[in-house]
Amino acid sequence: MRFAILTDIHANREAFAAVLEDARAWGADRIVLLGDLVGYGPDPGWCCDRAAELVGQGALCVQGNHDSAAGGAPEPMSALARRAMDWTKAQLTPAQCGFLAGLPLVAEEGDALFAHASAHEPGAFGYVTSDRRAVPSFRATGARLIFCGHTHQPLLVSRDPTGAVREQAFQSGLPIPLLRSRRWLAVIGSVGQARDGVAQAGWALLDTATNELTFRRTPYDLARTVEKLRAAGLPEDLALRLLRGS
Amino acid sequence: MPLRPRTGLTIDGFTLGAKLHSGGFATIWDVTHPDHALPLVMKVPTILDGDDGPTIVGFEVEQMIMPRLVGPHVPRVIGTGGFDRMPYIVTEKIAGGSFLPLFQQAPLPLSEVIEIAARMVDAVADLHRQQVIHLDLKPENFLQRSTGEMVLVDFGLSRHGQLPDLLAEEFSIPMGTFPFIAPEQYLRCRDDLRSDLFALGAMLYALATGRTPWGTPQTLRGVRKRLWRDPEPPRAIRPEIPEWLQEIILRALVVDPMQRYQTAAQMAFDLAHPQQVTLTARAHKLRRDGWLQVWDRWRIMRRIKHFRAPDTVAAQLASVPVIVVAVDLSPEGERLAAMLRGAVKRMLTIEPEARIACVNVIKTHRIGLDQGTDDQGNNLHVLRLVALKTWAASIDLPDHRLTYTVLEGPDPGQAIIDYARANHVDHILMGARGHSTTRRYLGSVSAQVVAEAQCSVTVIRLPEPRDAVV
Repeated sequence: MRFAILTDIHANREAFAAVLEDARAWGADRIVLLGDLVGYGPDPGWCCDRAAELVGQGALCVQGNHDSAAGGAPEPMSALARRAMDWTKAQLTPAQCGFLAGLPLVAEEGDALFAHASAHEPGAFGYVTSDRRAVPSFRATGARLIFCGHTHQPLLVSRDPTGAVREQAFQSGLPIPLLRSRRWLAVIGSVGQARDGVAQAGWALLDTATNELTFRRTPYDLARTVEKLRAAGLPEDLALRLLRGS
Repeated sequence: MPLRPRTGLTIDGFTLGAKLHSGGFATIWDVTHPDHALPLVMKVPTILDGDDGPTIVGFEVEQMIMPRLVGPHVPRVIGTGGFDRMPYIVTEKIAGGSFLPLFQQAPLPLSEVIEIAARMVDAVADLHRQQVIHLDLKPENFLQRSTGEMVLVDFGLSRHGQLPDLLAEEFSIPMGTFPFIAPEQYLRCRDDLRSDLFALGAMLYALATGRTPWGTPQTLRGVRKRLWRDPEPPRAIRPEIPEWLQEIILRALVVDPMQRYQTAAQMAFDLAHPQQVTLTARAHKLRRDGWLQVWDRWRIMRRIKHFRAPDTVAAQLASVPVIVVAVDLSPEGERLAAMLRGAVKRMLTIEPEARIACVNVIKTHRIGLDQGTDDQGNNLHVLRLVALKTWAASIDLPDHRLTYTVLEGPDPGQAIIDYARANHVDHILMGARGHSTTRRYLGSVSAQVVAEAQCSVTVIRLPEPRDAVV
């Protein structure tokens, strides 16, 4: 089974569509969405509907902090995110808000656990930005593989048989064997708003047959998304962020 | 419940036979499996207690790297087992066994040294091509197939250029085998292909002279000495060692990786073309450097923390390509040959470090004796060599990066393909003559090379007048 793991789509229709197409080309037969379908970007409605359609076809989808906020829950947010969220809420239909509000915080499949931010407090939306911050997630679950997003910065951490938790360097596009002697936590890069300096959509392909994970980047029509952001009157900072990829 | 290996134990269908070897970190067992007819061996790490980090991680590295390797120079992996029950790797059994007993008979006859050296370097070049640096090359880790190929084993310290380096943060001391470990490995660098070339140099030194270049240091302090102290020149120990071989050995043993051979393919190329090895002062050296020179180096080296960081493994391999230029020296090929030379020069502007091997093929008949000399009694081989050098005269490269070889064979295409394979060639450049009917039906040399060579091939064609519009 090949899982395409997507996270932090952030209402970026062009990026979402490009990744889904790329995932199909790479032979993905199951989609996993790690949350933050909306927020920041100009196409929240379309992204919600597409996600709901995918869930109807068997995709897994968990809730992110932006989804929770759009669904009506009070989530702490930066001023920029708050402005975008106010705009987003006005675009969504009650049915779309209901879909977002009803998403689960975690999903499990086989020996993998999927959550938006972390495995140990999935509803608190803390940031896993280092191996040290991954330790509580390993403690909180027995799952061999943990996948999350939220930081928009790809990260790979392993816990070896002696219990040492360390970050592992990797190169985008090259399959990494997820040794069965270890447990692994992967933070997947953002589809709709990269923050690691590469202005492309990030995602990952998990092949359970070969037990390999590949972090991938997919280029998309960035200019069009930026155009829509500006036309919608969303803050210019969001457009610049997409263009810089950081 | 963890299992311990013992004769008679069955795990995942593998039944353990006799214990073949018991080392510090692992035991090796004969095993059988009903689905596999060929002889197999199982390696099981010896894990002393739950916290034996280095052994565990080293074994994980092997389990990660070995299944990705292919080809005759590595053992084929049949199965692996996890730490939950009993960690193991099962591979095919290499019939010829370890190269250590032969190594212990060194110094060996020189013809044997050269032949063994070529096979060892071949195996390492093939490993490097697969993005893996071994980092613990020593005689015990070379096995020999009954067909002659050397097989590399024990990848517990290895580094795969495209995979996470699980060992990077695991140890605070340098890892490797003291007599063969490269200076940069001593300085804790784990991503330089050239470290393996240093180890090869040290082994060739030992095969040729009967002793390792820096003895058998027991401490890291002893290892450190090689940063400034040069070894006794091999010819000082055994005068019949040819200068070219000393050049190759000492070039592999240069302290600064930048000044060493840059790839195993380059080293293999020199071993295969001894007459064309450029001899430097290294080749003629008959005694170790004087104390003043050594003291000067010591003053610099005792402070050194690392050498210039190497490129990625893939970039290191690509930076010094071996390019074969197959030149047609016949009268009808003259214009094409001139154009081919232009193409070589242009290629050198984008691949400035490339090594160019000019090749010409003398076509021999399949049956019967061929005339090695022409009517005037000139040796055809020599004539072609001279013509080849003349053709290449305007290619501006230092001697050691431009070589000339005349091949002979009934099938010129096959001769070029075989030469390219044997010399780890990265790219073939050749001309294609026009489109005649015969060529279309019988096939051209260039088409054969394009179809069958294992590397990139660029074909140069003379511009032809376009067909008239009917």
